[in-house]
Amino acid sequence: MTAAAPHGTAIRLVECAKTFPNGTRAMERTTLEIGDGETIVFLGPSGCGKTTLLRVIAGLEAPDPGGRVLFDDEDVTELPIEKRNVGMVFQSYALFPNMNVEENIAYGLEVHKVAPAQRAKRVGEMLEMMQIGELRDRRTTQLSGGQRQRVALARAIAVQPRVLLLDEPLTALDALLRERLRIEIDVLLHSLGVTAAYVTHDQAEAMAIGDRVAVMNKGAIVQVGTPREIYFKPASAFIADFIGTMNRVHGTARDGFLELQGGRVPWTRGGAGVIEVLFRPGDARIAGPGDAQFRGVVARQFFLGDRTRLQVSGIGDAPVTVETTEHREFRVGEEIGLKIDPEALLTLRD
Amino acid sequence: MPRTRNFYLQLGFTLLVCLFLIVPVVMSMVAGVTVNFFIGVKSGFTVRWIGEVWSLYSQTIFRSMLIAISCLAVTLVVGVPTAYALAKRPGRFTRLIEEFLVMPVAIPGLAIALALIITYGGMREFRTSWLFILVGHVLYTLPFMVRSVLAVLSSIDFRTLEEGAASLGAGFWHRFFQIIVPNIRSGIIAGSLTVVTLSIGEFNLTWMLHTPTTMTLPVGLADSYASMRLEIGSAYTLVFFVMIIPLLIALQRFGTPGGPRRARIQEEVGRALAPAGGQAAP
Repeated sequence: MTAAAPHGTAIRLVECAKTFPNGTRAMERTTLEIGDGETIVFLGPSGCGKTTLLRVIAGLEAPDPGGRVLFDDEDVTELPIEKRNVGMVFQSYALFPNMNVEENIAYGLEVHKVAPAQRAKRVGEMLEMMQIGELRDRRTTQLSGGQRQRVALARAIAVQPRVLLLDEPLTALDALLRERLRIEIDVLLHSLGVTAAYVTHDQAEAMAIGDRVAVMNKGAIVQVGTPREIYFKPASAFIADFIGTMNRVHGTARDGFLELQGGRVPWTRGGAGVIEVLFRPGDARIAGPGDAQFRGVVARQFFLGDRTRLQVSGIGDAPVTVETTEHREFRVGEEIGLKIDPEALLTLRD
Repeated sequence: MPRTRNFYLQLGFTLLVCLFLIVPVVMSMVAGVTVNFFIGVKSGFTVRWIGEVWSLYSQTIFRSMLIAISCLAVTLVVGVPTAYALAKRPGRFTRLIEEFLVMPVAIPGLAIALALIITYGGMREFRTSWLFILVGHVLYTLPFMVRSVLAVLSSIDFRTLEEGAASLGAGFWHRFFQIIVPNIRSGIIAGSLTVVTLSIGEFNLTWMLHTPTTMTLPVGLADSYASMRLEIGSAYTLVFFVMIIPLLIALQRFGTPGGPRRARIQEEVGRALAPAGGQAAP
């Protein structure tokens, strides 16, 4: 076993592509740097290549000739996964059914020939850290989904891997547990200081866990940035739509204003003719008659508890989605005024 | 719920069929311990015939055991890795190999035996040794081991288990013996029982392959039926039952429903066994 790394390992992918033997191009040529101790989340719809990318980092798939994978300055492209010293957590957990919890956690240590006394100590630490001490002697088939996830994490961390790779680790869990474990994993990754790559199709999970998020589509990374950058400055319509709800409306720039169907906002960003602009539901406020820039009609309302989500027609071609924290109930057909911060309006190239 | 007349009719019919099958077996076993079968049980019971069988045919019993155990060893060493390789790379090529493997089950044992004799009959040492019979038995039983292991392999996500072990630093041999083998144990055990049972009971192939010095238990049975008193043949059958029935019960045990996985294994093994139907016992 390599010495315990007090810091993480930087990962570099250089020109890595992946074509499967049947000709499927799972991953376009990708170059990416993941910083030491950073948590990066690969986010995208199913089939976007995010799992392939993770498997290339892990060493479970070899990149097409020409691609290279580096851990710090070491070229690991030719090394199989068992020689890379990575920790991996699988969507299906991949716990060994023939071993109990303790044996599962100890397996990696055993393979690395850690002395029994030291091994027992490390397993004890892991059980305590993941708060699963009482499950020590259980068979893995007797565990709940959340417990399995904890064991899988403990098993992956026990060998003090250089990088930790998580492939949709929370997808198999119910919503409530997912949210709780999401927080735990976030705390865990940052307290360990390990470099982590995390794959998910859940944008809320990606936002919560990632230091950076890499959005993927059709085998390519389409944008890399902090969760805020991705959310507020999406580079394309695909990203804007994939990360949360986004309204898209068409307006005409004229005389310093952008004219939409139900009103207009000040516009200083130039352009002429029809312009497509986007805004998040939270960026439009309900305003009184004197203050409103737009007038629209409530087409639907959804009470979400902490806020109310309205669909308002008369502003774009399709109803736009607006969120308000006002406590009152809205009537379908009710006319309301809206105000949109011009700064929050996004324009995209494509 | 009150039982209808239909129920009792069906029960009666089922019992009748069972009796039809079981009575001859019991008769045969009784005959083996009866002093004179033509006079009947009133002539008294004796273990004399069993003693005679022992002195005449004990060698065939030991030989059958030797062949069965060797056959098991070979099918384990060859069959388990084969099943693993087949499961690992599914495709048209592996389907083809699987078909070839199963072929000896479909081809009459006599034809296989003849082919073996034509090809290797000239090698005297080999032809007259029990190893010649072993080759036939391995050909015939290997598909049952492969199928049984393959059934379990396809019911577990062994690829991910292996990837999990690899991520923890385990090389191929570690993964194979510590992760794959323990998790397909049920298939290996079911396959082993099938192989041993089939090998001990195999007659078709063996009858052609044996020489007077390499007689196995079922061939010995045929010999005793043809040339000995009925009581000796029956006593011999009794000995055969004593050997084979515990194996059959164990085989049944491993197929008892104990969960979806078990049931699936049972189904697969059942399917694998189906074409062999009448060959298990002569």
